[in-house]
Amino acid sequence: MREKQVVVHLPQGLHARPATLFVKTATSFSSEIGLIKGDKSVNAKSIIGVMSLAVANGESVKLTADGSDEEEALVALAAFLGQGAE
Amino acid sequence: MGTVRVKGIGASAGVAIARAQVWKKQVQKIGQEVKSPEEELARFKTACEQGLSGLATLYEQTRKRLGQKEADIFQAHMMLLQDPELIGPIEMLLAAGNINAEAAVQQVTGELASLFASLDGEYMRERAADIRDVGQRLLFCLQGTGTVWGNLQGSAREEKKTAPDSLIVVAHDLSPSDTAQLDTGLIKGFATQIGGGTSHSAIMARALGIPAIVGLGRALEQVEDGDLIVLDGTEGLFCLRPDEKELAFYEQKRADWLREKTRQARWAELPTVTRDGHRIELGANIGHPDECQAVLRVGGEGIGLFRSEFLFMNRDSMPDEEEQFQAYRQVAHDMNGKPVVIRTLDIGGDKELPLLNLQKELNPFLGYRAIRLCLDREEMFLTQLRAILRASHYGSVKLMYPMIATLEEWRAANRFLAEAKSTLTRAGIPFDPAIQVGLMIEVPAAALVSDLFAREADFLSIGTNDLIQYTLACDRMNEQISGLYQPFHPAVLRLIQLVIEAAHRHDRRVSMCGEMAADPLAIPLLVGMGLDGFSMNASSVLAARELINQLSFNEMKDLAEAALQLEGQEQVKALLLERTRN
Repeated sequence: MREKQVVVHLPQGLHARPATLFVKTATSFSSEIGLIKGDKSVNAKSIIGVMSLAVANGESVKLTADGSDEEEALVALAAFLGQGAE
Repeated sequence: MGTVRVKGIGASAGVAIARAQVWKKQVQKIGQEVKSPEEELARFKTACEQGLSGLATLYEQTRKRLGQKEADIFQAHMMLLQDPELIGPIEMLLAAGNINAEAAVQQVTGELASLFASLDGEYMRERAADIRDVGQRLLFCLQGTGTVWGNLQGSAREEKKTAPDSLIVVAHDLSPSDTAQLDTGLIKGFATQIGGGTSHSAIMARALGIPAIVGLGRALEQVEDGDLIVLDGTEGLFCLRPDEKELAFYEQKRADWLREKTRQARWAELPTVTRDGHRIELGANIGHPDECQAVLRVGGEGIGLFRSEFLFMNRDSMPDEEEQFQAYRQVAHDMNGKPVVIRTLDIGGDKELPLLNLQKELNPFLGYRAIRLCLDREEMFLTQLRAILRASHYGSVKLMYPMIATLEEWRAANRFLAEAKSTLTRAGIPFDPAIQVGLMIEVPAAALVSDLFAREADFLSIGTNDLIQYTLACDRMNEQISGLYQPFHPAVLRLIQLVIEAAHRHDRRVSMCGEMAADPLAIPLLVGMGLDGFSMNASSVLAARELINQLSFNEMKDLAEAALQLEGQEQVKALLLERTRN
């Protein structure tokens, strides 16, 4: 299992369209993927889970991935969350 | 039980008289009977598949009927219906036994909805409503009734022999699922407890062309299935169990409305041109992309004013460039080559936007609002300009700034536009490089120097609501001085005339998009003054076109000349009434 800390750079936070896209991206990997904010951990392939975290722009979250494509999944999802970060 | 009369917000014009059908979402009784865990699990899986295919159909239908943005809601619902956080707990409950599929669905969606409802912000509460909508869909599928409301409309149709052939829907509120599926052959109107003039259901009612009243409050709780209802969407008047006299009155009013609607409908196909061949451009104002369908139905020749505010209101965060672009592009696309004038954010004054944390001001109408705010919030303004520019690639889009008072503001706004253009060019994103740019004349100072603006702008548009209140120093929300809010005051008329002449001297077109543009008394005068275009609510377009097509441009020029010599609003109105009576 691998994990990665990411600071979210999405103007609206992980809401609405970005949340949908995030979940779609996560679903495209076979690994188990988790998203952790503070002490709360959710399934990154669940729109309900992801939205319930109410991740705002600038917040720090942790991604975890466990499976055959865990490396690629972490890279893709971290890049998504860090969009716009220079 | 006696008659009940309530005043609400008239969301869509017209009169409907029919029996009530009360839509309550928590109608089904959930039985206790459990077959076997395996069977319940299989029933649940089938219901999910049915729900998904129902949503896929609904998505397609809605996209065709109302547009992409409305349809997106159902794509989100499809995602919810496949969500592990929803499916997992339900399947676990079922596997443990002692519970049937209906009860498990209700329990899990109920818990999830409560969780979202308890989170902060409007956005989260809307998601709670989405989860409930999806849960309801599953319950209906489990009970073999297909779509959420389809069965209600269906059963009403089966009972047609005994039941009336028309119904008025009464509900707490109508969700996107509900309104997208309204069968207008059967449903003649609707009334809801909550909602405002720009709520989802109000917009849909106008798009469908059926009378509706929203925001009626708890009075609707007294309504029972089969109660006779009168709905006057024009006045916002709801009448439950009307007496005979009232009923006769409204039956007449409904007959008049229907006759008028049919008679006016033929004007949708015709051009707007005076008897002596003077062509007028007649467009419509919209506040939401979904309103394009209503505009096209009345033969609107374009969108004279697209208020972009709706994108920014009732939400927790600013819409990003992509979201704005999608909305602007939808309008450009739906209008199919007809001109679309998009106004940049016009907020402040009476229109509050909590998102921006604006200070309370002593004189909000004279304060930090509209273009003043946009020029100050650079990133917000640039984002909107880029989104509008990108949309210009997909149709005939024009850009318009609100509340310009000085030439410096106009030029500063255009510098932002140039910057937005060069950003897009560098990124290789297509837009219309020759996009037309205009401004609203709604401050007397701008009207007085409109010749200076006409030299640089592609078009001018007169916003009468503000122009009148600034010219007469009369707050139009203040009822104590409402008598001073005078559209026909000679000062207002002279300013309008000045703007039209200045624009024409520089070969520019000038239109009007305020309430005055739809006033049947003002239209002959404005035509005579030489106004090139009118833009109004879609519901006024047909009547305006009929009126203009009966006028003689030359006679109206004389009328305007005479009106401009008069001393006060009363004299002007008297002259107009006298001349338009015959």
